[in-house]
Parts: sequence; C-alpha cells; structure tokens
Amino acid sequence: MRLLERPVVKRRPVYLDLPRIRLPLPGIVSILHRVSGALLFLAGIPLLLAGVGCSLASPDSCAQLKAAFAHPLAKLVLVGFVWAYLHHFCAGIRYLLLDLLKGIELAPARRSSVVVLAVSLALTLIVGVRLW
Amino acid sequence: MVTRRDAVGAHYGLMDWLVQRLTAVVMAVYTLLVLGIALWNGGIDYPLWRLLFANGAFKLATFVFMVALLYHAWIGMRDIFMDYIKPVGVRLTLEAACVIVLVGYLGWTIQILWGQA
Repeated sequence: MRLLERPVVKRRPVYLDLPRIRLPLPGIVSILHRVSGALLFLAGIPLLLAGVGCSLASPDSCAQLKAAFAHPLAKLVLVGFVWAYLHHFCAGIRYLLLDLLKGIELAPARRSSVVVLAVSLALTLIVGVRLW
Repeated sequence: MVTRRDAVGAHYGLMDWLVQRLTAVVMAVYTLLVLGIALWNGGIDYPLWRLLFANGAFKLATFVFMVALLYHAWIGMRDIFMDYIKPVGVRLTLEAACVIVLVGYLGWTIQILWGQA
C-alpha cells in the first residue's frame, strides 16, 4: 500500500480526563480569565454596588462597612475579588495586544502569559499588604 | 457560510466581538482614572469619596463605566453559556436570567448615582 493510501488512524481521546489535561501557560491565563470573569459577574458586581451604595449612604454606614472589612475572612474574600479584577484586567490587555497582532508568536505569547500571571499576583499582593 | 442558526447563538456578527473590546477599553480607562485620583490625593477618605460622587462629570463617567461593565458581562456570560450549556431551553433560561439580573444592576447603579441626595 502506498503511503498516501494508508488509512489515517488518529489516536484521539474519547473522553476528557480533566486531571490529565496539561494546559500550556497561555491556556492557564485563558481559563483563569474566564473563571475570574464569571466570579466578577456572579458576586463581584453586586458586592461592588452594595459596597459603593453603603459607603455613600452616610458616614455611619461607611464606618460600618469599614468595620465589617476589618474581619480577616472579609479581607481574604476582598483580596480574592481584587485578584479576579486584576487578572481579568491584565489578561484583557494581553488579548487586546494579541488582537493588534502584538506578540502572537509562540515565544512572546508564552512570555506575556507569564507576565500576566506575575503582574496580577504581584499587584494583588501589594493590595493585600496594604489591606492588612 | 452559516447553515444553521441558533435562536440563542451569537448572531454571527463582528459586533459583539468589537463591543467586548471597546467596553474593555472604557473600563480600563475608568479604572486608571480612579486609581489616578486615589494616588494624586494619597488615598480616598470619606469626604473626598462623597465629593467625587457629588460631581456630575464623575457620576456620568461612573455610569458609562457601569454600562460598559454590564454589556461586557453579558457578552462574556453568553460566551460561557454557549460553550458549556448545550440544551437550548436551559441556555435560553440562563441567558434570560442573566439579562434580567444585569438590567436590575443598571437600575441599582442609577439609584446609587442619582437616587441619594
């Protein structure tokens, strides 16, 4: 049988085994962009509106809000949302640059995904330290 | 060539793709604006916070930010539903719930910005 006529048998996975999937770094940035976006929609927006509304209502309600966020658990949740916003922000800027055809080669795209992960975590750390 | 159109599809246009990017830029600019105000004043205390939200231009900028955010959230959530939720009925229900919630958030935003003295 000639080479071209040989039947092509591709070994494709018949099911998705999530723990066995090893995402490359840009893939990790991508799925975290989606997860952080969903998190911001489900809880981030209502918390933001509730927080801003409460803080503006009166000096007392503003002080109460501050007191509520003195609790370590509340601070931890807040830092979580800060990370979600910062990751979504940094990854979003990366996507805008990719749309403008900046850094679309494999090596720069990998590098920029590391930058996104590092910068968003570093900024989250700075905010976290300032909160505590 | 699109041969099959879903009632809950993306309408196969460039519009949403473009809007997702434009709203992202609007939000990024607003975020940097607020960050700039905070850094310029060495933090934001309660009197400055009240002063900011008493300013018509800042209220308007905040409103534009929120509209951008809600539209951006709609496209993002719809993309997620389109990727993971296959039954049309379930997807339509989730999308409808999402729109209702987002319109509610818009009302809440207007209440906060213009409802209080």
